[in-house]
Amino acid sequence: MKNFRFFYHFGRYCLLLGRVFSRPEKLSVYTRQIFREIDALGIGSLGLISIISVFMGGVITIQSAYNFTSPLIPLYAIGLGTRESIVLEFSPTIVSLILAGKVGSNIASEIGTMRITEQIDALEIMGVNSAGYLILPKVIAAMLINPFLIVISMFLGIFGGYSMGVLSGACTSYEFIYGVQSFFVPFNIVYSLTKTVVFAFIITSVSAYHGYYTAGGALEVGRASTRSVVYNSVIILVTNLIITKLMLV
Amino acid sequence: MIELKKINKSFSERQVVSDVSFIFHPGKCNLVIGESGSGKTTLMKMMVGLLVPDSGEILYEGENFISMDIKKKQEVRQQIGMLFQGGALFDSMTVEENVLFPMEMFTGMSKKERIERANFCLSRVKLEGKNKLYPAELSGGMKKRAALARALSINPKYLFCDEPNSGLDPKTSIVIDELIREVTQEFNIITMVVTHDMNSVLGMGDNILFIYKGQNWWQGNSSQVLKTENKELLDFVYASEFLKKLKPEH
Ligand SMILES: Nc1ncnc2c1ncn2[C@@H]1O[C@H](COP(=O)(O)OP(=O)(O)OP(=O)(O)O)[C@@H](O)[C@H]1O
Ligand SMILES: [Mg+2]
Repeated sequence: MKNFRFFYHFGRYCLLLGRVFSRPEKLSVYTRQIFREIDALGIGSLGLISIISVFMGGVITIQSAYNFTSPLIPLYAIGLGTRESIVLEFSPTIVSLILAGKVGSNIASEIGTMRITEQIDALEIMGVNSAGYLILPKVIAAMLINPFLIVISMFLGIFGGYSMGVLSGACTSYEFIYGVQSFFVPFNIVYSLTKTVVFAFIITSVSAYHGYYTAGGALEVGRASTRSVVYNSVIILVTNLIITKLMLV
Repeated sequence: MIELKKINKSFSERQVVSDVSFIFHPGKCNLVIGESGSGKTTLMKMMVGLLVPDSGEILYEGENFISMDIKKKQEVRQQIGMLFQGGALFDSMTVEENVLFPMEMFTGMSKKERIERANFCLSRVKLEGKNKLYPAELSGGMKKRAALARALSINPKYLFCDEPNSGLDPKTSIVIDELIREVTQEFNIITMVVTHDMNSVLGMGDNILFIYKGQNWWQGNSSQVLKTENKELLDFVYASEFLKKLKPEH
């Protein structure tokens, strides 16, 4: 039975996407919504992401320094290691998971509340494609703004690592910067941002799906929001594995 | 003209609407009355397509609404103004934005025209000056009125109101009833009003459908309603002590 549930949800999710990507009734209204969402989903998450990135960068550096105790490993490896961890995995994946929690639950409860208070019905009665109007701007906004968030997170993460490395005396400022600059593979950034954009799509569409099909009352809205975070996390982790296998191996 | 033909609807085996047939005329206030839980909201939701009847036909100007393709359905819906029982205002928008929304979406009106129209509609429901408030900052009755302003903003051809004056004081109630009556006659709108307020029934009931336990129990108008011999309708009409005193002796 469990398997059938999966197909049921997957089918309904695909049908919903079909409606999300059908032609907008009025472009000007949609464009305005996209800017609103960029503000709400993107700019609104900047503070959280900044704090997390600086601290995680610091921790990653300390852990690298702690592990690189062999005299055969040059100290600049600390900077190099920090950069690679942050660019390849921390910023695109962990930050996306954090956004799945923050943005995902927000979207699911917003749309879920609109469903149970008949606001979605009101849109439908007016002849508006409610799925398109509510979901498309969020998906587009996140896919546009998340790459910027992630790049900022990378810079701040490396900055946090640098500060911690130098402050704790693990390496010198010169060594860290030398490490950050050496063996740089531009493709890693492409890989990283590809993941980010795919994750942005998953976060917004999956949580919108859970919100859109909420039925019942406030209790169900809470459940939909929790469920959206769980599903998002699992789907992001699996997709991460697939994209990594496809792009890096 | 909207015509209902033998509409049936049940929720998990429980019949909520059974064999309801009725004709809604343009320019008249078509009332659907009945006790709480008798299936009025369900009937209205079927008429606008939010619920699908198990059987029966809903004809808009002779065309079957249920079997219409999605494009045609949307065209009809863009001419519908609907007031939900709970208001269903958009939380994220101010009162003014709520009223502007359908106009922005579906009319080619300029910004200035839209704002003028919104202010006009808001003044008709006595909400002038409340433009910048959010739904959360309104009282229950104000929400209802704002929602009515939104329903009227696009000059609908079909108007559906689910208990437009529940939660309103008697004076504002009359203002709202009068407004619905006026626009209905002025623009020859096909109006459906669900209510259990006897004041509205007597004041605006041109064409009344009384639903009892989901069934088509009685049809008539406001002058016939007081003289009815139908037992269930009598119970409904003369439920209040005040009206009982006015009851004619049989
Ligand atoms: N989605 C639903 N699922 C199951 N039962 C429902 C649903 N909606 C309504 N019902 C049932 O249908 C019956 C009629 O409900 P409806 O909302 O149409 O009543 P109503 O006449 O509008 O009452 P009120 O005057 O209190 O608004 C009720 O008994 C209700 O329990
Ligand atoms: Mg009702």
